[in-house]
Amino acid sequence: MYKNIFSRKSLGIPYLLFLLLFVLLPLFVLIYYAFTNGQGEFTVLNLTGFFTDPNTLGTLCYSFGIAAVTTVVCLLLAYPAAYILAISKLPAKSIIIMLFVMPMWINFSLRITALKEILTWMEGRLAYHPFFNTVLGMSYDFLPFMILPIYTTISKLDGALLEAARDLGAGELQAFLKVTLPLSLPGILSGVSMVFLPAMTNYVVLDMLYNSTYIMGSLIGSYFAAYNWNGGSMIALILLGIVCLFTLMTRGIEEENTRGGALL
Amino acid sequence: MIKKAWKSIVIILVLAFLYLPILVLAVYSFTDATNIGAIRGFSLHNYVTLFTTPELVRMILGTALLALVSALLATILGTLGSIGAFYSGKGMASAINTMNQVPVVNADVVTGFSICILLVVVFGVSKDTFLPLIIGHVTLCAPFVFLSVVPKLKQMDSSIYEAALDLGATPLTALIKIVIPQIFPGIVSGFALAVTLSLDDYFVATYTKPATFDTISTYVVNATKGAQTTIKTALWALSTVIFLLVVLFTVFMNIRAGKQSGERQGV
Amino acid sequence: MEHMTNIIELRHITKTYEDGFSAVSDLNLEVKKGEFITFLGPSGCGKTTTLRMIAGFDLPTEGEILLNGKPITELPPNKRPINTVFQRYALFPHMNIYENIAFGLRQKKTPENVIAKKVKKVLELVDLEGFERRSIDTLSGGQQQRVAIARAVVNEPQILLLDEPLGALDLKMRKEMQLELKEMHRELGITFIYVTHDQEEALTMSDKIVVMAEGKMQQIGSPEDIYNEPANAFVADFIGDSNIFNGIMTGKLKARFCGGEFVCVDDVEEGTHITAVVRPEDVILTAPEKGRIRGIVTSVIFKGIHYEITVESGKNEIVAQSVNSAAVGERVGVQVEPDNIHIMIAEDHTNIFAAEINKNNELEYNGTVLNVPLTRIIRGSREEDGTLLDASGSEIDLKKIRIKISIKPQDIELTDEQEEGLVQGCISNLIYKGDHYSYVIHTDLEQDFVVDDEYLWNMDDQVGLLMPVEKMVFTVRK
Repeated sequence: MYKNIFSRKSLGIPYLLFLLLFVLLPLFVLIYYAFTNGQGEFTVLNLTGFFTDPNTLGTLCYSFGIAAVTTVVCLLLAYPAAYILAISKLPAKSIIIMLFVMPMWINFSLRITALKEILTWMEGRLAYHPFFNTVLGMSYDFLPFMILPIYTTISKLDGALLEAARDLGAGELQAFLKVTLPLSLPGILSGVSMVFLPAMTNYVVLDMLYNSTYIMGSLIGSYFAAYNWNGGSMIALILLGIVCLFTLMTRGIEEENTRGGALL
Repeated sequence: MIKKAWKSIVIILVLAFLYLPILVLAVYSFTDATNIGAIRGFSLHNYVTLFTTPELVRMILGTALLALVSALLATILGTLGSIGAFYSGKGMASAINTMNQVPVVNADVVTGFSICILLVVVFGVSKDTFLPLIIGHVTLCAPFVFLSVVPKLKQMDSSIYEAALDLGATPLTALIKIVIPQIFPGIVSGFALAVTLSLDDYFVATYTKPATFDTISTYVVNATKGAQTTIKTALWALSTVIFLLVVLFTVFMNIRAGKQSGERQGV
Repeated sequence: MEHMTNIIELRHITKTYEDGFSAVSDLNLEVKKGEFITFLGPSGCGKTTTLRMIAGFDLPTEGEILLNGKPITELPPNKRPINTVFQRYALFPHMNIYENIAFGLRQKKTPENVIAKKVKKVLELVDLEGFERRSIDTLSGGQQQRVAIARAVVNEPQILLLDEPLGALDLKMRKEMQLELKEMHRELGITFIYVTHDQEEALTMSDKIVVMAEGKMQQIGSPEDIYNEPANAFVADFIGDSNIFNGIMTGKLKARFCGGEFVCVDDVEEGTHITAVVRPEDVILTAPEKGRIRGIVTSVIFKGIHYEITVESGKNEIVAQSVNSAAVGERVGVQVEPDNIHIMIAEDHTNIFAAEINKNNELEYNGTVLNVPLTRIIRGSREEDGTLLDASGSEIDLKKIRIKISIKPQDIELTDEQEEGLVQGCISNLIYKGDHYSYVIHTDLEQDFVVDDEYLWNMDDQVGLLMPVEKMVFTVRK
């Protein structure tokens, strides 16, 4: 019998252990803390408390509001830019793409600082327009994450599809609506998932722009500051639930979409 | 023609939105102004402050060191993980793939908070050991390294590994001499991504860092909450320096890529 | 002594994958030293899997591989004195040609000056002198192929494995490389094991051909043997164009097929069901009265050096190759010389499968109740109050009874309306047999059915199998 001492499969073991220890285990710890109180006794109060307290429910709604508006704003800005860039034959294209990527390499807190200074100069006091400023700040922060996936998807589209649509009598607008838009849906979805969730949780943007309303992330921050692990865990768990829901939803749509693609 | 102009205008507007704040701040960083508005005299005092205030220098170097260390660890773990997952059976591969996806889709707040609870609250590890912070950043970064290596493994002609064995190489030699060079671009871009993620992170650091240690993000966020003016404007200089570094790096990479493709065409 | 000359032996090699798919089953093979042997078969026949087991990339589930009489079944590939030329070359893209070729020698810690000499020599062998420093992506497909061969050959392996090495080349290049490979085999004197699905390639190059299908060896022999004396209908159909007919022996050296009686040279017992194979070039078209059978020309296609003429005789179709043209609609006679008729004893194609008995004492297959009472199947039985009693009146334990159904290929009908069929499946094989097609249908229940149908279906068609209950034969086993 000859045995390989070294096997390619075994290379995955360190990472598997790492993931088990620092990804999976923390989830169980979160669940444990979320359903116990400070004395370690089982309780569902953290859960029921969240869904009965008008304050926390308000926070949830406000988070959804901020995230939804931010996502829509990003999409409205990103789609035309990504589309134009993807179909254009500009020689400077690669440079423009780099220009869209570069902001991601600059620390977000510094970029928000820059935006804050400009807004302070324009508005006088930031506190007058908290919602507007927050949405603007988040859009500013997350816009590249919306542009890139959409750009990638559109530029991978087979140009012949569009030509085929035109050949079959579709006008330019029709061809866009019936071919390009549906086929770029996967890019849109991945952009949306990269913007929506951070927009629900990135409370630093609010803090820096003097918006004192809470979003979901702020709740974790305040529980953390108060050493209330149980309350914080429950919020984390609820956010995790939202992530799962979101992933399942987008996966469903994506599958439907690829099935549609196969039919083409 | 008009349509073409419209297209350019859209691109320019979006780019302006992304860059104007940074550029305006860059201009003001070279003045002695304390607020955006009236331009006052040219001055380099912000840069002097930035590079001579020990607190600022320590924070910048600390952030860079943290980014390098965690990116390095993340790259090793993520690369090994992706090779292992790629060549192992369905069960192990899907276990790694699924867990790998968690930190990617999860909110950073949740990742940071859960690592903090596990290590600090449950296991009682002191934040001052930097262990929670580094583990937190590796958890944040390694999945992205994994994701950038996997496509390279898929693109690789699977028979070249077998060809190496066939020619007498041991599995380890085949891996080092054949597989690693093939997926190297993925490893490098994974490493770069890991560095960026670590540099940009606020949430994981907040929940896991020692109280006396600050990354750029945590420092800036705290500093904007009513800090002294000198520190505030010194951060404008920091923003400008980072911006210039990013521009330089991009230009350098583009020139190198251009040269490489030129060389290939030359042959 | 004979044992000594076997360089490699496969003994009862079986490869079954985790999902139950058997790629190779019970393969036995002996390869003599210095031979050029070719595994020939359609894709999925197990030829590449066999090669990979010889190379050491795959382990057989059962059986033994011997190299020079010593078992190497589980020896890792890097320890075998065997080298492979891969289908898509598998050259290392980050190394230049010199480094690629030197790779194997470096693993053996060969001194650098020896490496340089050997690389130079092998590059001469493959006509690529002076290419040492070139990078892989500057080479054409044919050149890459030569580098791949050089990289394997430079290690002086005892066996060279070639996995469809010419598959990615264009036709002209392929022809050139065929000759070069043959020449190289002569020059090097090492054993070549070659895998291809191209019968012409196999016939041109090999000393010996192993024809494979569905993981089993169908025939082994010299190219002439395989072409002239195909062992079964599959081989006949796969190697060259063939007319394949069902028939029966009608007397000593007399066979009846295709609507006529022919004299043949194979001595098969009278009354035996046979399959007769006639190559198109052996079909002689004559004046109507001089032919053994008569027919009408239905198509004439000019093929450059000959005409391909299709003749319809009754329900049979005969394809002939002739240097003389014929007119469509012309009446012709068909004659075949006795030694050009290849007679094979027909395999018994009767389909046998198991049926189930459901709770209501009804016969069921694939969830469909078969409209035949158990009392008719089990002789002398009768039903009383929901239990089945045998002739002596005692209860029959249905759990202990197995019922097998057998049905002849010609009694099954294929249908597009899949749901109407008793079972559904896809066509995994088809052979034209003169007046009908013989199909193998792989059903969704993972069984293979042989079905004769006069209509042409396509490979991979999804069909339903209509099986009339009155054509079924039931056998009961206890």
